[in-house]
Amino acid sequence: MKYIDEFQDPELARRLLDEIARTVTRPWAMMEVCGGQTHSIIRHGLDQLLPDTVELIHGPGCPVCVTPLAVIDKALEIASLPDVVFCSFGDMLRVPGSDRDLFRVKGDGGDVRVVYSPLDALRIAQRTPDKQVVFFGVGFETTAPAIAMTVHQAKRLGVRNLSLLVSHVRVPPAIEAVMRSPDCRVQAFLAAGHVCSVMGTSEYPALADTYRVPIVVTGFEPLDILEGIRRAVRQLERGEHHVENAYPRAVSAQGNPVALRVLREVFTTTDRTWRGIGTIPDSGWRLSDAYRDYDAEHRFDITGPAAAEPAVCRSGEVLQGLIKPHECAAFGIICTPRTPLGATMVSSEGACAAYYLYRRLSPPHTEEKASVD
Amino acid sequence: MCLAVPGRVVGIEERNGTSMARVDFGGVVKDVCLAYLPEIEVGEYAIVHVGFAIQRLDEESALATLRLFERIGALDEEFGDAWARAAAESETASEEENR
Repeated sequence: MKYIDEFQDPELARRLLDEIARTVTRPWAMMEVCGGQTHSIIRHGLDQLLPDTVELIHGPGCPVCVTPLAVIDKALEIASLPDVVFCSFGDMLRVPGSDRDLFRVKGDGGDVRVVYSPLDALRIAQRTPDKQVVFFGVGFETTAPAIAMTVHQAKRLGVRNLSLLVSHVRVPPAIEAVMRSPDCRVQAFLAAGHVCSVMGTSEYPALADTYRVPIVVTGFEPLDILEGIRRAVRQLERGEHHVENAYPRAVSAQGNPVALRVLREVFTTTDRTWRGIGTIPDSGWRLSDAYRDYDAEHRFDITGPAAAEPAVCRSGEVLQGLIKPHECAAFGIICTPRTPLGATMVSSEGACAAYYLYRRLSPPHTEEKASVD
Repeated sequence: MCLAVPGRVVGIEERNGTSMARVDFGGVVKDVCLAYLPEIEVGEYAIVHVGFAIQRLDEESALATLRLFERIGALDEEFGDAWARAAAESETASEEENR
């Protein structure tokens, strides 16, 4: 009662939950990849409404969370330079570097600006030709095309005082890394819907086949997630492992062909370090050689300080689904959304912040279950 | 930032050789680049992420999502003043540290 009345269509939610409960005959664990999905699941208490036998494991799908400390430190170093306008999405402001954040750099006199779109940074560069404008390019495949088009336009328009600090990551290699972990408990994936809006679903059949794991493309509204879970459970119970699209209103198999073309022109894949997880082969984008002049790391002589993450922070294990946020000793005590140790707490889409905000301080399946009636 | 929000295209114009739209997100109107969805027309709905339209969406789904986002405060998170939010959070953090 506590949660289900908040649904857009409580009756449909009830029917989906009933069908999941009827279908499931033994325990299953599935991972939602997208941080927006994690946020929605915890906020609406979906994990409490599900049968005890269906466990949701929270995946590494928050780009803010997985941006390495060393890259944050580079951003802070560049943003502190004179004659630099440093532009970023708002949710990077409070991500802690080794000793400060972008908010502090701004307070200390740095020209740090929050923009809604990377095209805003291009406009700032056009209006302030005497400054170097740097944009912090963070995000998954949903965000990367916007950055790609910005660089593409800068080159086309001959704008030379714009560069990008790029830390883009790709979802499929992260899924592969999760499956290859010796501690992996994941038996199915709810794939991130808006990543697939851009990329389509062509990268997933090989993964589903190789690791014999169902992959269901899922939206992030409560009913979308329940439908994704229903389909994943159905496959698991039948012993199937293929790709299903449970979010067809926003995802087609081929994705967005125009975006893919620009993405592949401007970026090339590269090994990328994920905060708390380590290096995953081929898991990121970097600017291709044709756009190397727009790479801030190439343009500015920065090394970034030797960065070490706080030893007590277990966000890496949270990101891999090995522990739940409240199983970390620092959770809610010395690590809160206002005093975060790791980025899973500082980003509103991080699993730790979602657990903290919605007061999920004990394991979901030991709490009193929320009633569906 | 992860969020992609549906909005209704209310106007289209060419700017710097690029097709740009004015898009209404339940009252908040923003400039949106149509480079990745060039065929969309005024009156249609699109999913928009960091200022780029990435996929068409039917009206019913778009309005349902906008209502949900409005209720859970996601629109404010996406379009509100990020500096004001960060400042408020930092002030509260300082107060907690001083306690």
